[in-house]
Amino acid sequence: MRALAPIAAVVMALAAVPLLVNSNVVLNFLVVTLMIALAGQGWNILGGYGGQYSFGHAAFFGTGAYVNAILQVRYGVNAWPGFAAGIAVGAALGGIIGVLTFRSGLRGSYFALVTLAFAEVLRIVASVAPITGAGVGTLMKLDLRAQAMQFQSRAAFYWLILALVAASLVIARLIERSRFGVWLIAVRENEDAAKALGVNAAHVKLGAMVVSAAITAAAGCFYVQYFLFIDSGIAYGTRISIEALLTPIIGGAGTVFGPLVGALVVQALGEGAKLVAGDAPGLSLIVYGCILVLVIAFAPHGLIGLIDGARRRLSRVAKLGAAHG
Amino acid sequence: MAPVVACRASPNWGLRMAEPLLSVDRVSCRFSGLLAVNAASLIVPAGRVTALIGPNGAGKTTLFAIISGFQRPSDGVVRYQGETVTGLPPHELARRGIARTFQIVQPFAGLSVRENILVGAHLRHAKRAEALAAADIVGCEVGLGDILDRSADTLTVAGRKRLELARALATEPKLLLLDEVLAGLNPTEIRDIAPIIRGLCARGISILMIEHVMQAVMSLSQHVFVLAEGCIIAEGTPAEVAANRAVVEAYLGHGAAKKLGGAHDR
Repeated sequence: MRALAPIAAVVMALAAVPLLVNSNVVLNFLVVTLMIALAGQGWNILGGYGGQYSFGHAAFFGTGAYVNAILQVRYGVNAWPGFAAGIAVGAALGGIIGVLTFRSGLRGSYFALVTLAFAEVLRIVASVAPITGAGVGTLMKLDLRAQAMQFQSRAAFYWLILALVAASLVIARLIERSRFGVWLIAVRENEDAAKALGVNAAHVKLGAMVVSAAITAAAGCFYVQYFLFIDSGIAYGTRISIEALLTPIIGGAGTVFGPLVGALVVQALGEGAKLVAGDAPGLSLIVYGCILVLVIAFAPHGLIGLIDGARRRLSRVAKLGAAHG
Repeated sequence: MAPVVACRASPNWGLRMAEPLLSVDRVSCRFSGLLAVNAASLIVPAGRVTALIGPNGAGKTTLFAIISGFQRPSDGVVRYQGETVTGLPPHELARRGIARTFQIVQPFAGLSVRENILVGAHLRHAKRAEALAAADIVGCEVGLGDILDRSADTLTVAGRKRLELARALATEPKLLLLDEVLAGLNPTEIRDIAPIIRGLCARGISILMIEHVMQAVMSLSQHVFVLAEGCIIAEGTPAEVAANRAVVEAYLGHGAAKKLGGAHDR
């Protein structure tokens, strides 16, 4: 329980925000940021803890979004089970891609490229298949009722995505402290050494892939509830893949709060750049690129790593000071 | 005179030892044109320290990789506790009680010493608290007790070798494969680590060690197999093997035994 206390504190602090801030602009910004943090947490489970760098997490985001939207629009399914189905299908897709890639022993950049290829294939299929609305995309019906998981107020959406993020933080923490998590980290650090210690690396990676895909798919499900529209470029585009991997890397890959911190920083700087330079196309990508270069050069363990390092140095100085005093 | 086992002969183990823990029966491993291991046979009896020696490039590490499941042999059978385990994956063999260390140490560099050992301890303990307790005990046992919280990448070579040993031990093995755990250590460090290995054997863990430090082989092992160019060319007690003509020639070159022979006679 003590391990979950920091998460409870952060989530409660964030939950209070709509009580203090009334601006729709701010809330909208935070909702999108939390959604990116959720997608990033998905990537973090596999990439941060497991060291398997996926360049195609859009495959799960988009699948969650499409399954949720299509079930509601074409089959009249209620939003809540639709949402759950989106997560389930996303997880299943993670399992399929995981079996195909890990069975054939793909590691490192090969794994990254194959995941990218899966997302691209899905994007192309979604842009021509009738069921996804092809090039036009899928538009959801406006139905502002809680039963339809649509809300009049931004604050309600905000609390919904915050709850999802909170769940993902708890999942990350529980994984971190479980045998599965220890084995997953061991596979990241040295797969052969892990195998020699009895770790079934293929199983562990596959498990991480399924959890990872489910979390990122949840972000996709939320996206359609919030924006009520999805097309192949949004669902399976490289942009979401990049944001999903960028936020944990910048915040601190393989840490519970890394994706949340990374998402806040990335989104804030992206919005800041928009204010300064206007909404020039591709601007956010330039900003992301610059942050990524800076982080990799000066904070290879992300912002959380930077803070931890500073705290350790401070405590050492304090100890020295006490010894001399 | 030491019994010299010819390359392709299959020795009749049954006569010598009742049910060895591990037996490797005419195992070969071919990498396209290169025959790295050529019909090698050896046994590891329970509760003893067995050594595998041989010149560089003899195929010792390949043979280890085969026993621990990292390399599939082209031919031959590996039996462990009476069961055929040839070609089983490494994690399955670890589960059954075969642990190995790596010649080139493979620490989980980003983790602390305790976390490194914890990975091994989790094999037998699912609960975190129990696994952590087990890891601490093993850490102290190999002399890492004071530095459990240090990051593994700050360890000296000797520390890393101990860590390698600790992680393997944490899986609570019946058979421990040690690939040159003493290589690169200075005499003092060897003196420190040798009793640990002897202690493991006393506790009932059977050990098969690859070692170049002959002094250690002599003092630690009860039985030695000599591998040269993929073949087991000799076996026996350490003293027998050291006096063996074929072994001396394998190490020092053709004709060396003859030149040294005079010295031996005196």
